[in-house]
Amino acid sequence: MSWLPVLAVAGLVTFATRASFIALLGRVDLPPVLGRALRFVPPAVLSAIIFPEVLLHDGAPDLHLRNVRLLAGVIAAVVAWRTRNVVLTIAVGMAALWTAQAVLGA
Amino acid sequence: MSTRGAAGYIEPMSLASSRRAQGREFLAGCRDELPILLGVAPFGMIYGLLALDAGLPAFAAQAMSSVLFAGSAQLVATRLIREGAPAVVLVVTVLVVNLRHALYSASVAPRIKHLGMGWKALLSYLLTDEAYAVVASRYARDGDRADVSPHRHWYFLGAGLTLWAAWQCSTAAGVFLGAAVPRRWGLDFTLALTFIALVFPALEDLATTAAAIAAGILAVLAVGLPYKLGLVLAAVVGIGVGLVVEARRT
Repeated sequence: MSWLPVLAVAGLVTFATRASFIALLGRVDLPPVLGRALRFVPPAVLSAIIFPEVLLHDGAPDLHLRNVRLLAGVIAAVVAWRTRNVVLTIAVGMAALWTAQAVLGA
Repeated sequence: MSTRGAAGYIEPMSLASSRRAQGREFLAGCRDELPILLGVAPFGMIYGLLALDAGLPAFAAQAMSSVLFAGSAQLVATRLIREGAPAVVLVVTVLVVNLRHALYSASVAPRIKHLGMGWKALLSYLLTDEAYAVVASRYARDGDRADVSPHRHWYFLGAGLTLWAAWQCSTAAGVFLGAAVPRRWGLDFTLALTFIALVFPALEDLATTAAAIAAGILAVLAVGLPYKLGLVLAAVVGIGVGLVVEARRT
């Protein structure tokens, strides 16, 4: 299937979100509950991606250390928490993943 | 040519000096956006890599960067495409991820309400996190001064276009690299790593942390849901948990 029409619709939705209040100025205010909800979007969306990526192995939760993505993810999380450096987090995480794969033969 | 001044009267202004002022505003916007590009370029490259890894052709991967022009939504979309999620789920997920842009829209709306439809549409298209950050800090510097430049939208355009060009170039670099990197390197893991790096600054307090943990756990439990609905469901429940925790503490 071609993703291009889907991406076009997703693009229109994104544009509509950005143009919303610019186009409607003076006629509509941001609903208060939406304003309060917005700061929870990044933590919720980011975690909803991160947890399955590191915890699931072949579709099932795997909390054992032989799950190399969990091991590398935990190491990367420590780097992210201590340094807040995006590039360093990715570099250390990938190095940890490759090292763990080589050592554990996964 | 005449320009409506801040006080509302019509002041004459020569075409040449007006053009020069527009150029100055445009270049100032470009310049102020530059430091942010250092952080943006790696994301563009990772997006390009992940889009190819998800099975998108190079053309579609590049097209998404100009059609969506939204970093985190594009990264999330690559994962849904890799898993073969239905189109509706992809569109709804992109909507949730990009909802924050409505807040930016509300914030800049009063500043550009005097512009025509064409300008409003163009600046809306360019209203990303990174352009908003630069433009909002300019508005904050200007405050409520009466003598602000009538060409301030050119500053917005300069900042927005600079980011746009950097995003297209870094996407192209990632697509180019992605074609050369073998799958067994596991570069799809850079998505999780990128988001791990981004989530810690977002954990501002108990409510945001609760939102993150609830969404994460639910995403794991809901992985078997049909239509790959787990991600968007987990995000929406996480946002709800955050709101409830915040309401109980205040």
